[in-house]
Amino acid sequence: MAEAGLIDHTDAAAGIRSRALEGPRGARPRRVLSRRNIILYGTLFVVAVYYLLPLYVMIVTSLKGMPEIRLGNVFSPPVEITFEPWVKAWATACTGLNCDGLSRGFWNSVRITIPSVVLSIAIASVNGYALANWRFKGANLFFTILIVGAFIPYQVMLYPIVIILREMGIYGTLTGLVLVHSIFGMPILTLLFRNYFTSVPEELFKAARVDGAGFWGIYFKIMLPMSLPIFVVAMILQVTGIWNDFLFGVVYTKPDIYPMTVQLNNIVNSVQGVKEYNVNMAATLLTGLVPLVVYFVSGKLFVRGIAAGAVKG
Amino acid sequence: MASVSVRNLDLSFGDVKVLQNLNLDIEKGEFLVLLGSSGCGKSTLLNCIAGLLDITDGQIFISEHNVTWEQPKDRGIGMVFQSYALYPQMTVEGNLAFGLKNARVPKDEIKKRIARAAQLLHIEPLLKRKPAQLSGGQRQRVAIGRALVRDVDVFLFDEPLSNLDAKLRAELRVEIKRLHQQLENTTMIYVTHDQIEAMTLADRIAIMRAGAIQQLADPATIYNKPYNKYVAGFIGSPSINFFDGTLEAASDPVFEAGETKIDLSRYAFSGNGPKPGPVTFGIRPEHIFMDKAAVDEPFRADVEVDVVEPMGADTLVWSKLNGHELRFRVDGQTPLRKGDRVKVGFDPARASIFDAETEMRL
Repeated sequence: MAEAGLIDHTDAAAGIRSRALEGPRGARPRRVLSRRNIILYGTLFVVAVYYLLPLYVMIVTSLKGMPEIRLGNVFSPPVEITFEPWVKAWATACTGLNCDGLSRGFWNSVRITIPSVVLSIAIASVNGYALANWRFKGANLFFTILIVGAFIPYQVMLYPIVIILREMGIYGTLTGLVLVHSIFGMPILTLLFRNYFTSVPEELFKAARVDGAGFWGIYFKIMLPMSLPIFVVAMILQVTGIWNDFLFGVVYTKPDIYPMTVQLNNIVNSVQGVKEYNVNMAATLLTGLVPLVVYFVSGKLFVRGIAAGAVKG
Repeated sequence: MASVSVRNLDLSFGDVKVLQNLNLDIEKGEFLVLLGSSGCGKSTLLNCIAGLLDITDGQIFISEHNVTWEQPKDRGIGMVFQSYALYPQMTVEGNLAFGLKNARVPKDEIKKRIARAAQLLHIEPLLKRKPAQLSGGQRQRVAIGRALVRDVDVFLFDEPLSNLDAKLRAELRVEIKRLHQQLENTTMIYVTHDQIEAMTLADRIAIMRAGAIQQLADPATIYNKPYNKYVAGFIGSPSINFFDGTLEAASDPVFEAGETKIDLSRYAFSGNGPKPGPVTFGIRPEHIFMDKAAVDEPFRADVEVDVVEPMGADTLVWSKLNGHELRFRVDGQTPLRKGDRVKVGFDPARASIFDAETEMRL
């Protein structure tokens, strides 16, 4: 009884507990099968099926033999699974004069994509960094011109570039195509990097200047380590864009060094003989594999990059 | 010997003149605070001194060297920013070492300086951590450390405590003051909009407005003898009471506003003495006394309590003196209610009188 205050306190708490009346209390219950949920998940399911159906048809068809395809059951799974069409598409399908399948195009595309991606990202990131942090004279004009460049249709520039490349002596070479890809990636990538670097607190840049770091010092030691996410984004953009490119590939190269997309077109659109649907499907899937892998692998990296970069100044 | 000297500094962005013909001399070892509301050019001035902004005209000297065209790193300064600006991907140690590595300081010397700074700022246990793993106060300590290891004569602080909560701000404020006392002969220039920080830290305060220095003096002078009406209104919280009226100087100088007549014979007029005409009379809320304390004051009046704002240690009372708003401060324990009639009084010698037109102190 000495601690009357304490007893009072527990009494008060008990009083509060018994104060609840009949009727709704606590967290609102959630029904799993509400009308809202049925509509939401129903729509999502239909849309998912709609988008996945063509992929299903392609995979199924590419695993069938020609006799089975002629039966006409597009949606039925293969009775007898065969990887023959995949092998043929990769190694022996004929495009024009060469009969070594898509493998040649694949390696051409690799040799086009890697240097183009590295070159364009390297230049654009420095561009964006300079535009965001080192306000040089005419920076705004330079930036405007660059952005306008992003809106000029490619078709307008096709022929002039043919002439330029010819005069430079690199028309029809891999170097020429890499150069074209790098230049055309510049506006959008520079914009991307500039906007990212602008969001880096200015005081960080000032602190680095007081600490005696120069243009390249700040770029390599401060900005680069902070901007992994934007580099991944730029890489996704460029790899898929350049890998999927058809127009520049067909215009600026010669049959020997056609990228994969152009070769795919030549296989699918060849008019001689029987249309081998299974080979066409396999070839298309093979071509689309690289962007798909990039999305899956770097998508995860992308999320991780953002989480790692969540350092609030 | 002036440690930092700004001479005829002009800065404009296009047509906008941010700083105009600004002159400022800071002694070696002095703690100077640049105080002003946002947009007054105080941070801009600091950035000019640091070399982070190219000036339009004028000169800047640091330790007797003309550094007008020098890069920030060559000016012998260390700088602390409001948002800490720590390099997020480096450890605390890396942050401290970054500037020294850029300056190619030998490795053991870097170690020595980091150890000394870490000990001064009590951040030794944090050296291996990344900035993201630190609290706000710890981050700002590291940022101060980054300036400290540079072993410079001039420290520049750009609102270093504004991002911290009130308690930490008070703690770190004392630490900065202590640091300044420990580092003899180190000049500190400190930008803030917080008048408490300015009053507590500064040897001298420069109050800025619209790119010009309004008054440059020690805190006591700024508080007691504000040079113009703006300074008087800016310094002091709750802010000073102003009455508009006229100054009569026929025999003894008297301030008149309606029925209120205040005898100014005890007021120390500056320069040419009292000049009759329209003036503004200013008296601080804490210089007004109530009830018994008011009896001995030269000026007395009866007022009605309008609003009472208790703040614990003291209470701010709002009332009206012949139609003019009058705020005064009383002890926090005084029982007061709206409608009470009380006697207040003050000594006109503690007041400030400004010319109504030029707003300069008379």
